[in-house]
Amino acid sequence: MSDTETLKADLTRRIAEAGDLAALEAVRLEALGKTGAIPALLKTLGSLSPEARREQGPALNALRDEIAAALASRREALEDADLEARLAREAVDLSLPPPPRRRGAVHPTMQVMDEMIAIFAEMGFALAEGPDIEDDFHNFTALNFPPRHPAREMHDTFFLKPGPDGERKLLRTHTSPVQVRSMQRTNAPPPAPWIASGREPPIRIISPGRTYRCDSDATHTPMFHQIEGLVIDRDIHMGHLKWTLGEFVRRFFELDSVVTRFRPHHFPFTEPSAEMDVQCEVKDGEVRIGQGQEWSEIVGCGMVHPKVLENCGLDPDVWQGFAFGFGVDRLGRLKYGMPDLREMFASDVRWLAHYGFSAFSAPNPATGLS
Amino acid sequence: MKFTLSWLKEHLDTTASLEEVVAAMTMAGLEVEHVADPATKLAAFSAARIVEAVQHPNADRLRVCQVETKDGMKEIVCGAPNARAGLVTIYAPIGTYIPGTGITLEPRPVRGVVSNGMLCSAAELELSEESDGILELEAGLAVGAPAVQALGLEAVIDFEVTPNRPDWLGVAGIARDLAAAGLGRLITPPAVPAPGAFPCPITIRLTAPEACPAFAGRLIRGVKNGPSPDWLQRRLKAIGLRSISALVDVTNLLSYDRCRPLHVYDAGKLTGGFVEARLGREGESFVALDGKTYAVGADMCVIADASGPLGLGGVMGGESTGCSEATTDVFIESAWFDPLRTAQTGRDTGILSDAQYRFARGVDPESLIDGIERATALILELCGGEASEVAFAGEAPARRAPIPFDPAYVKRLSGLDLPESRVFAILEALGFRREGQSVQAPSWRRDVEGRADLVEEVARIAGFDALPATALPPMDRPAGGVLTPRQGRIRTARRALAALGYAETLTFSFIARRTAELFGGGAESLVLANPIAADLDCMRPSILPALAQALARNADRGFPGGALFEIGPVFEGDAPADQRTLIVAALDPRQPRRWDGQTPDPIFALKSDLLTLLAEIGAPVDSLQVNQSGLPGWWRTGRAAQLSLGRATVASFGELHPRTLKALDVDHPVLAFEIALEAIPEPKRKAARTKPAVKLSPLMPLSRDFAFVVPISVAASDVARAAQSAERSLIAQARVFDVYEGPGVETGFKSVAVETVLQPKERTLTDAEIEAVGQKIVTAVAKATGARLRG
Repeated sequence: MSDTETLKADLTRRIAEAGDLAALEAVRLEALGKTGAIPALLKTLGSLSPEARREQGPALNALRDEIAAALASRREALEDADLEARLAREAVDLSLPPPPRRRGAVHPTMQVMDEMIAIFAEMGFALAEGPDIEDDFHNFTALNFPPRHPAREMHDTFFLKPGPDGERKLLRTHTSPVQVRSMQRTNAPPPAPWIASGREPPIRIISPGRTYRCDSDATHTPMFHQIEGLVIDRDIHMGHLKWTLGEFVRRFFELDSVVTRFRPHHFPFTEPSAEMDVQCEVKDGEVRIGQGQEWSEIVGCGMVHPKVLENCGLDPDVWQGFAFGFGVDRLGRLKYGMPDLREMFASDVRWLAHYGFSAFSAPNPATGLS
Repeated sequence: MKFTLSWLKEHLDTTASLEEVVAAMTMAGLEVEHVADPATKLAAFSAARIVEAVQHPNADRLRVCQVETKDGMKEIVCGAPNARAGLVTIYAPIGTYIPGTGITLEPRPVRGVVSNGMLCSAAELELSEESDGILELEAGLAVGAPAVQALGLEAVIDFEVTPNRPDWLGVAGIARDLAAAGLGRLITPPAVPAPGAFPCPITIRLTAPEACPAFAGRLIRGVKNGPSPDWLQRRLKAIGLRSISALVDVTNLLSYDRCRPLHVYDAGKLTGGFVEARLGREGESFVALDGKTYAVGADMCVIADASGPLGLGGVMGGESTGCSEATTDVFIESAWFDPLRTAQTGRDTGILSDAQYRFARGVDPESLIDGIERATALILELCGGEASEVAFAGEAPARRAPIPFDPAYVKRLSGLDLPESRVFAILEALGFRREGQSVQAPSWRRDVEGRADLVEEVARIAGFDALPATALPPMDRPAGGVLTPRQGRIRTARRALAALGYAETLTFSFIARRTAELFGGGAESLVLANPIAADLDCMRPSILPALAQALARNADRGFPGGALFEIGPVFEGDAPADQRTLIVAALDPRQPRRWDGQTPDPIFALKSDLLTLLAEIGAPVDSLQVNQSGLPGWWRTGRAAQLSLGRATVASFGELHPRTLKALDVDHPVLAFEIALEAIPEPKRKAARTKPAVKLSPLMPLSRDFAFVVPISVAASDVARAAQSAERSLIAQARVFDVYEGPGVETGFKSVAVETVLQPKERTLTDAEIEAVGQKIVTAVAKATGARLRG
């Protein structure tokens, strides 16, 4: 074996044996460093005969390249091992919980409100609003409840203490006062920019909001939510009302076959007046709409009473139309099954998480309501 | 209002079944609430005869009976003391559910003798509360006759009478509507006038025609009062009325049969030979038939005689002149009382009698004579006696003028296309009369005021099923959606808050007044006169207390750490403009322990949520000023701030004051923010939806850090703001990344380190330019805050 071969074998073995990058660097310096073995041999080439140089030169160069390659390869292997070792050291237990993030929810009544608004918006209904503290005129008198009339008693009204002028304000018992505000044209601007003001028909609005009656049990809460609707034009008749509510019910319950029943009723502010029921059954605590033999009342409605139109300054010989009123909480209960209406206002986080809706379930005509 | 089918059939000739009657009522506007049909409950029970009853071999109190039943002879063990041979009673076969005991019969030996059925008491059939033996029926009853027939039971229909239809408070009125709806023929028998044998000796005086404009009276002398006959007792009992005596029962019968309340006086107890309908006088009182003493108000209609007030007209009679078994002369009152006054008297006295209910809603003013004649006929039949002539005083309210009516209006208002003949046939069936181009409403329909009412009558009887469903015509509407920007913001805020981890809740708009006072409210004008509970008596000035208390309630139930929000109204006064909409979020900051040991101050997560939300609803977040002083007292000193825009406070956030929380009985910290929705300026309406072109610089931004030393009282945001405004065209951002107090910084001062980002626009900056900007920043911050660069 020549010296060159011995050197190569020795270096190759030591490269393979280098356990870390420092040991490998030591081998590199010994082999290829300025004073290393291979440069030393290369320096001796000048003193050789041309023949010997021709023979030795390429062999030494080849040795240098081979050792350089072996060093690089070994370095790469050692670096890889180092990296893997570091990564292994830095491993984390991914079964650990992330920092807590609360889950929010939209209240079911507000979800239902948004669903209803979406359906009526497509039919061209705008949103009108009014104050929760109302006066007698807007809540009763304009709506054809004569003073002292027994019909007022059906409303279990909350009254505020009388003011210095003796006027007794009240909490609106329905959102119908907003209808009055939407029809009644006064020369004054509305009390606040968000409060509805009267306009020339055609009118097509819904008025959602809080309403109040002094009543409390499993199916009544002293505060609840209504969405009322009002359509006024020259030729709007009860058939339009029937279609509008039928269409609404189909869209709201997201069922093609909801059986409804339209039957006469009485409200002071509509004439003729009606209520609409949907057919349903309660099975194992689930309300199934469109099945069974039971009827559940969902909306009161009718043609706006001529006196109401007159009270709002509209000529009943020219204008006519319909109005309807839904109890939003009750409607939500019918669709989503909350058993006790009082829970709706109890702020129990478990209830809210169970019956609430995701932020991303905003009603939308493409994906459906919820 | 309750009635039975047999009662209805005295007015309506019909073959309709119970189900058909109920369905027709509902579709005609008489909303049936409940049908109690004993035929369903008692279907398995029937009449049976005890043939033999012998002592039970093993029990003193039991008898073994051989009973002839619809199923043949049965041996039945019975414990009733009245079980005896020959008795006809009610039998239940094995397998029957006994409603009174809730037990289903099984063939089970009783002390060794198998009982093959049961003989029943009234209590076991739920016919009475208790009974002391099995039922004793007429001996002539056929064995096997169904129990409902043997006992004379029938279905009771209960329905809601809308306030416009007092005529439905009489069975005759119900029959009229059902006949019009095609359910049968109206056969109400006419009243047969009884001739008067002598002039009525009691004078009627009307001195308050506004309260009682008309009054008919008649004396019947020589009557014999006593229990009513079975048919009358049963009729009243079926609808839940107590039988009192024949004279009183007759008035109750007519109240329910004809909606004609009457009153009977024991004429022997009247003094002065007159009755007077007048207004009450100060200081008067009387003992009513319910045994209670009532003070009489000056607005109330009183019936009086020479002794003073006897009763309240149309509301309740008095004890002193009530009829009893000893009554021999009876004076019948058939009057008309003003509805509104009667309603008010009912409210003021708390008396809710059948008469008051009817007069308050409006009794037929033309029914006075008819009613007194019907009462006379019944009293003469049941109690004998001799009737005087009818005395009549005053004048009943006139009918309304006929209503001009074009039958085409039916189609215009309802969409129903009916022939004219059908329109008038319906109206006539309901008692309306056609008079030329007008229609006269019947006297009992005082609710009918105009042509829309006539359309309702026609549509109701024709049936709402027949109404067309006509699509709403398209209408001009805003192309961009129907919500106003404000309404859109509420919608966005709701979804954003839910996404940020808050659960939406809805709390009452009224809270306890003392709580309202803690939050700057509680004004007298916002206090409820009739709250549903003492701690819900005042319109709220803030949503914060309700949310704080809700968090505490959840914590008390074992669920701390909640986060809630509500979007709703608060009230600064009772005028419409005093109502504001707030967006409020609150959280209990006690979070679960974390394995990584990190405990960031939750107030900054809250601030982040607030700023995210404000940005989502389009508030100018970058222009908001943070102000930590002068906040209302319910915010915790040093850990709460306001965000304002000019003078308007847009939002407040931070921790609630421990003192306030203690007053609310909340024993943990509460962090919250509230946004005054109406204080956020509305976005400017733009002509186009195009967004301004974006300029994206190809040049690298570079960052430079500065550490300033400022007095502790200087807000860190002021340092950053001053740094950013030093060269607006170049400095894209200035952000505080470190705040330090302690060794190296003198007492009373802190170090605030700010990272600035310089964004070159046209060309790369030279070192000299960067140096110059740095100088500007130092100068600007020094000028604004008194800061110096940290050495």
